[in-house]
Amino acid sequence: MKFGVVVFPGSNCDHDAFHAIGHVLQKPVEFIWHQSEDLHHCDAIILPGGFSYGDYLRTGAIARFSPVMKSVEKFANDGGLVLGICNGFQILLEAGLLPGAMMRNAGLRFICKHVHIRVEETNAPFTCAAEKGEILTIPIAHSDGNYTCDEATLKDLEKHHQVLFRYTTPGGKDDAAGNPNGSTANIAGICNRARNVAGLMPHPERAVEEVLDSNDGLLIFRSMIEAVVNNTAKATA
Amino acid sequence: MATAPTEVKVTPEIAAEHGVTQEEYGRIQKILGRDPNITELGIFSVMWSEHCSYKSSKVHLKRLPTRGKLVVQGPGENAGVVDIGDGLVAAFKIESHNHPSYVEPFQGATTGVGGILRDIFTMGARPIAVMDSLRFGEITPSKTTNEEEAAKNRRILDGVVRGVGSYGNCFGVPTVGGEVAFEPCYAQNPLVNALALGIARKEEIFLAKAKGIGNPVIYVGAKTGRDGIHGASLLASAEFTEESQQKRPNVQVGDPFMEKLLLEACLEAMKTGAVVAIQDMGAAGLTCSTCEMASRGGTGIEIDLAKVPQRETGMTPYEIMLSESQERMLLVAEKGREQEVLAVFKKWGLDAMVVGDVTDGGLLVVKDHGKVAAQIPAHPLAEEGPIYNRPVAEPTPGKESERDWFPFSADGTDLTANFTKLLASPTIASKRWITEQYDSMVRTNTLAGPGASDAAVVRIKETKRALALATDGNGRWCQLNPKVGAMHAVAEAARNVATSGARPIAATNCLNFGSPEKPEVMWQFSQAIDGVGEACVALGTPITGGNVSFYNETLGKSIYPTPVIGILGLLEDATRVLKVGFRKAGDVILLLDGAGDSDGRQKTGAKAAQEFSSSEYSKTIAGIVAGEPPAIDLVAEKRLIDCMVALAEAGTIQSAHDISDGGLAVTLAESCFGASGLGAETKLNGAANAEYALFGESGARVVVSVSPEKLAAVWTTARQYGVGALEIGKVTGDNALRIEYKGHGVVSAQVPTLKDIWAYSLERHLKIQ
Repeated sequence: MKFGVVVFPGSNCDHDAFHAIGHVLQKPVEFIWHQSEDLHHCDAIILPGGFSYGDYLRTGAIARFSPVMKSVEKFANDGGLVLGICNGFQILLEAGLLPGAMMRNAGLRFICKHVHIRVEETNAPFTCAAEKGEILTIPIAHSDGNYTCDEATLKDLEKHHQVLFRYTTPGGKDDAAGNPNGSTANIAGICNRARNVAGLMPHPERAVEEVLDSNDGLLIFRSMIEAVVNNTAKATA
Repeated sequence: MATAPTEVKVTPEIAAEHGVTQEEYGRIQKILGRDPNITELGIFSVMWSEHCSYKSSKVHLKRLPTRGKLVVQGPGENAGVVDIGDGLVAAFKIESHNHPSYVEPFQGATTGVGGILRDIFTMGARPIAVMDSLRFGEITPSKTTNEEEAAKNRRILDGVVRGVGSYGNCFGVPTVGGEVAFEPCYAQNPLVNALALGIARKEEIFLAKAKGIGNPVIYVGAKTGRDGIHGASLLASAEFTEESQQKRPNVQVGDPFMEKLLLEACLEAMKTGAVVAIQDMGAAGLTCSTCEMASRGGTGIEIDLAKVPQRETGMTPYEIMLSESQERMLLVAEKGREQEVLAVFKKWGLDAMVVGDVTDGGLLVVKDHGKVAAQIPAHPLAEEGPIYNRPVAEPTPGKESERDWFPFSADGTDLTANFTKLLASPTIASKRWITEQYDSMVRTNTLAGPGASDAAVVRIKETKRALALATDGNGRWCQLNPKVGAMHAVAEAARNVATSGARPIAATNCLNFGSPEKPEVMWQFSQAIDGVGEACVALGTPITGGNVSFYNETLGKSIYPTPVIGILGLLEDATRVLKVGFRKAGDVILLLDGAGDSDGRQKTGAKAAQEFSSSEYSKTIAGIVAGEPPAIDLVAEKRLIDCMVALAEAGTIQSAHDISDGGLAVTLAESCFGASGLGAETKLNGAANAEYALFGESGARVVVSVSPEKLAAVWTTARQYGVGALEIGKVTGDNALRIEYKGHGVVSAQVPTLKDIWAYSLERHLKIQ
């Protein structure tokens, strides 16, 4: 199985995702330049973190018009696996591949630190290797991570089990103290109705080795690998 | 300064307005064989400004040790380069952006980071880490600072922190550490020193020598505008007066996204093999990059400004040559291969234009639509600026006596309340509120980020190694004794690196001082140079580059002389990183002392009071800043450094944290804070007063924790290096910190209570409106 990591002008965490998949998990991975409409037969596409287009206008607002996104959208509509990390999540929201919007952190400042997120659903190709209720320690680094949606959307997300990760306290409690950016319902990551597109603000690619203080992020990539290998994911690009 | 049309005739008044003295003007006339026109005057004024020419510091800087077997490139290029093994080199440097950060804190700080990053990648090295060393005035009202001033200092701090974070975060380089200190003298002269580190393969390092007659000179990056004109000559080379607000247009404006594109494009272009030389456009923009590249290459450069991408209309040659618009580079390509280079920049969406070529004859020729606007011999312009041997005069020492010094308390006095106050003071308190605004983890190389270890540690993925970085300086100590204070800056940075497990191998320095026109300031400078030099030789860390920032004064009042030293360390085995936090209840706590026998350090009486009066505790608790910094023993520092490196290699210790600001008690507390649920029970003894023993800041000391079964091995290593290893207590599991001195309990507190105060103090101070 092969991963593709899209590189937009201003992407920074592309190298980190590449390292995590290619060197730590030892799986085939390649970079896909944003101008390319060819997704090189990848089984899963990662939209990495960073500051695509300098966050001009709104974060992710310009990247979603890059030529590569046409192919990513088609791939997603055909059931292909797409994971948006941080800026990648923001791009998926702007592209309409995930519902909701991203606002400035409630504290109005950039924040970088390890947080705790709880796996809410395991019937998704991004969490199938984890246990429901498992607490993962994964770092965030963002100033616009305040996920927001209206009442109707939130109801829908909950009804269809689309909330994959929620911020908690270290002990696993649903407390504002555990939420670093004020996001609605402590949401850290969601998937679409078809469950093949997901976005999360924390950076799993930064939590793949013990020397980096946590390797809980491996679960997310392992889930994706499991899903593709077991053919529970539906398409190749 | 208003825009100046080329036809303006140069008069003595105009020359003086540009900061050019009569003698300097005479030299210009001699070099040109005629009077300069206004554009040429502008060019000379920036190149010969203090900031660009180092005219007041050169005679002293040459006393610094710059050679070493690992040094590939010393001072003189855009950054220092050091061999780190496996065919790799590290490029690193620290630089100041002080004056702009007072005038416009956000942009001043952000462009400071942008500038130092360019200095690294212009060498062909990808930046992998940034650190910032910041100094501000007091952020809470006190005897020396009223509420209005404190509020202003808070605003400056906030702007600077957001500026530093904003650039590094967007550019995609981790900001892994640094330091923040507060003293009244920095209120109107904040210090913002930014350090950047990059990696490259040895054969891929690029220098900035324009070579090859006929080779095209290519401008790449952002368009040129009117921002920052005279940033170098007016802002950085003069002190502030009441009209400082008017200097706002002189502050440069940064765009980190543009720089990220520039980074990727430059590294890609360099790989084509078609790039001959490259230099970033920093202070004095086009002027500096053209004449310096030509001067180093022994060639000349001719450019036509009509080809320079501009974002404003009607710019004069004067404005274009002096603009300090950010995110621009100048490169020389091989003739015939320019298309390869231009194509790379086009791919990344950046402007790239051939604006001229390398010529014979050594002249910098600036044309404007074919007409010559300036013509100056490059070498004299770049390298033969004025050199001043400014008068140096030691100020008459004040007469201090015991009355002026810290009054020690009686034996047995409980020091818990004062200790808590010390932990809450802004210089000592946790900088977490600041460092969490920096992305310290991007590129997944950070093994020890802000606060985790005494130095920041970043791994080099292609190897088993890691690099460590620390920045340190103590303005207050340098004010009391510039030479000793400067030696401590080097020693502390080197000790911090060694305490993370890495061997210190090279240094960079940022020398922040007042006006060089004052003999006392030049004396401080000269003394500091002597101190830095002596310490760098003793500790084996040659200076590979750096920066001098003079004129840090306002209305005649200058800052403390503040040399800031950055030390680079090499950790052969990245798995051996040492961190500050205690690990396990039952571990033994040892005090390692490079001076061997700790008893000799137990000063008493007047000598002790004199030394203690220079400490953070004395300033914070008694409001006394006097006396002398602790004596420095470089031999002891070296022994301790070597011992720490050996201990890390052997893997025999659990944690390590050095003793510096706030003394042993702060070190113990921070070692508890770095853990969870752990505390410490310590018993100390000695001749000195309790405050001296607990809060004294003598150097060459580190606190380590050791599991009982490794104790013998640690003692053997310490003995081998002549380092004293005194057992002072144990790590406990009861979340309490207890310090007993001479049989009396002098500190007793719950760790979570202390930690809360230490961790949230800065945040609380900053939210007071």
